[in-house]
Amino acid sequence: MSGSQKTWTKMFALLAALLLVAAACGNSDDTDADAGGESGEGSGAASCAVEDLNLVTGGTLTVATGEPAFPPWVGVGDDNFDVPESKTGYEGSLVYALAADLGFADDDVVWVRTGFDEAIAPGPKNWDFNIQQYSITDVRDEVVDFSDPYYVTTQALVTFPDSEFANASSVGDLKGALLGAQIGTTSLDFIEDVIQPDTEANVYDENVDVEAAMNAGQIDGLVVDLPTAYFIIAVQVEGAIIAGQFDADAADPEQLGMLFAEGNSLVGCVNGALQNLKDNGTLQGLEDTWLTQDGGVPIIGN
Amino acid sequence: MSSVGPPSPEGPEIGRARLLPTGLGLRAILREEGARSALIAASSTVLLIGLVLWWVLSSEAWPAVQKQFFSPVHFRAAWPDVLGGFWLDIKMFLVAEVLILVIALLLAMIRSLRGPAFFPLRALVIIFIDLVRGIPIILLILLLGFGIPALQLTGVPNSALFWGVATLVISYSAYTAEVYRAGIESVHESQRMAARSLGLTQFQALRYVLVPQAIRNVVPALLNGFISLQKDVALVFVLGVREGVREAQIYTASTFNYTGYLAATVLFLSVSVPLARFTDWYTERDRRRKQAVGS
Amino acid sequence: MGSPKVEIKDVAKSYEGKAVLQDVGLSVDVHEVVCLIGSSGSGKSTLLKCLNLLVPIDSGDILLDGKSIITGSVNPNEVRQKMGIVFQSFNLFPHMSVLQNVILSPTKVHGVSTGEATDLATQLLEQFGLLDKIHEYPDRLSGGQQQRVAVVRSLATKPELMLFDEVTSALDPELVAEVLGVIRGLKDDGMTMIIATHEMGFARDVGDRVCFLDQGVILEHGPAKQFFADPQEARTRQFLQRIIEAGRL
Repeated sequence: MSGSQKTWTKMFALLAALLLVAAACGNSDDTDADAGGESGEGSGAASCAVEDLNLVTGGTLTVATGEPAFPPWVGVGDDNFDVPESKTGYEGSLVYALAADLGFADDDVVWVRTGFDEAIAPGPKNWDFNIQQYSITDVRDEVVDFSDPYYVTTQALVTFPDSEFANASSVGDLKGALLGAQIGTTSLDFIEDVIQPDTEANVYDENVDVEAAMNAGQIDGLVVDLPTAYFIIAVQVEGAIIAGQFDADAADPEQLGMLFAEGNSLVGCVNGALQNLKDNGTLQGLEDTWLTQDGGVPIIGN
Repeated sequence: MSSVGPPSPEGPEIGRARLLPTGLGLRAILREEGARSALIAASSTVLLIGLVLWWVLSSEAWPAVQKQFFSPVHFRAAWPDVLGGFWLDIKMFLVAEVLILVIALLLAMIRSLRGPAFFPLRALVIIFIDLVRGIPIILLILLLGFGIPALQLTGVPNSALFWGVATLVISYSAYTAEVYRAGIESVHESQRMAARSLGLTQFQALRYVLVPQAIRNVVPALLNGFISLQKDVALVFVLGVREGVREAQIYTASTFNYTGYLAATVLFLSVSVPLARFTDWYTERDRRRKQAVGS
Repeated sequence: MGSPKVEIKDVAKSYEGKAVLQDVGLSVDVHEVVCLIGSSGSGKSTLLKCLNLLVPIDSGDILLDGKSIITGSVNPNEVRQKMGIVFQSFNLFPHMSVLQNVILSPTKVHGVSTGEATDLATQLLEQFGLLDKIHEYPDRLSGGQQQRVAVVRSLATKPELMLFDEVTSALDPELVAEVLGVIRGLKDDGMTMIIATHEMGFARDVGDRVCFLDQGVILEHGPAKQFFADPQEARTRQFLQRIIEAGRL
């Protein structure tokens, strides 16, 4: 008995020692990586000709989106749900516009799907960039690269008309609300930093879970970016309304960017193409087509 | 059979030594053998861990992985929220476990009642257990957690936390009832007969005679269930509940750094490993005690 | 003797098509001791378990104090409260002390207070020489002590009739006498008893009557002395002869 106990003690001691060594090695690597990691960002390749681009498959622009991808971002129209090849939706049509500007034919655009975690995990990627409403933040920028923003949005509150929060006019009116948000969105940061409700917000994986929670009466309302809010009230949660959009000054507005693997030189060329679309008014056109709704939404001020 | 009273002071080692031709000399050799095997075990473990570490650390991708999974800065940043969420996990675990132990026992007792009069009750319990065990627990959480509140029944709570814990109780009660039932059936039939011959009703026989012996037989299995539940409580995050794993996910989603998961892992291990060691220790002690009484 | 305490009428029982009891009829008077003998598997144990309603009979009737205990309206627990049974394998409850074993039925079934039940248990245990074992657990007792505790446990329910199912068969030979002594004592107190046993000498001394069961049938029965001295049936003589050859009579 005592012999085997000693064995265990020894083994644990050694294991602990080894882990410490590993951690120590790791620390020095960490600083190196941080120091060198960002240097290549934005510098771009010398040429943005298709044959010179850094692509996972030569001659093809491989773009990742969500599984499934939701309107109004991708696949708008009854037969087009989750069909990015339909060239509909704001992000869907933007990708084809960018591809054309970079010199790709429509047929050279190939779509792949990723979940949230696959997109951000380290390791080789099977796509050139990933577009699914990623918000640009500094912390995220440390481990991936973002394009320049392709859309700036505000946060909105979705609730039911008979809710006591349907007529909220300032964030102070929402202190007592049990709110929900989707994981990975800046909506959650907005709730915690700006609204600061008395009860911690619930956090859901997917749009559909938020819908279920709304219908189950488990949350009073949902904070989400305005374009998605329109989609939710139109399609997902019957009878829900947009109670208002939050004053853009109340927090940093949410900027959406395309996500690239850390250090990918492609980002410079895509930024160039994006700038061209901004300059020639194409981007505004896409926004008007896919994201802008008739009728104003009241502002919920500070 | 079941065992009572203190374990025999002479463990199996003495029994083994007695079989050997010369007591003292051989025991010294045995002790030496023990020291040598401990040394071999330790050095081979070190070698193995060293090889694995070398293999992992020499990977070109290691710096990137290290930064995204093992960052001390992010560990510290994620820790308070993950710890707060984990505390909720512990509370859910404790509340659920107590309810499970009681409800599962009732289910097992109903299932163990004999005679045609109890057929409807028995059938209900069997249907319940089969249904619940046949549905993946995550699906059950989604179905009950979102489904029942959506019915908007008066008097029925609609909190996600309530239904998350309730689903765990329902699911684990079905499994645990089967553990208890196996325990009840492991008690010899003559005990039931003796109890009944003294005029005890079926329920009294279960309550006073069969169940106390059964529980003793299934404690290790119940403890294994504890370990399993202690991890499965995290599943209620699908309902939006901000427990430990969810907090880690939130951190990861907003920073793109996985070190929050490491914090959650450390927390779960800090409970499940001691629980696993305790289960092994208890099972071993129980086995010895039974052997001591049986010999 | 008065009216019969128990009357068994044409009882039959079979397990999976194999007849274990056939046309068994027997009547036992108050204060009478009847011994059931016969080889293993002859149906002695089954008959006792049928009497205690632990095993349901296929046909026939059993009367206790002149009333059938077979009809559906009878509560088996009430019948068992009048009838104690002691088993070959003791069947003490291993998780309970001697005292707890003895007072379980009085307190939970008969509604006696714990104090009263403990008093009675103490008195009975003293009477059977077990008082020093009152707080022991069964696995610390010898087989003979365990079997005596089992008898006490049964007596504590104040039965009007005691059934003994080969209560010495699982005991080491040197422990048999102490258990048989206990049963002799009960006879002296006037207890009505049905005893299935392999101890022929004991059956002859203690039994008022002896029944010989063979393949589920009562082949022969009569006053004990006469039964052993002058058996009528060839099978009975054969059985007794084997017993004598084995040195057990």
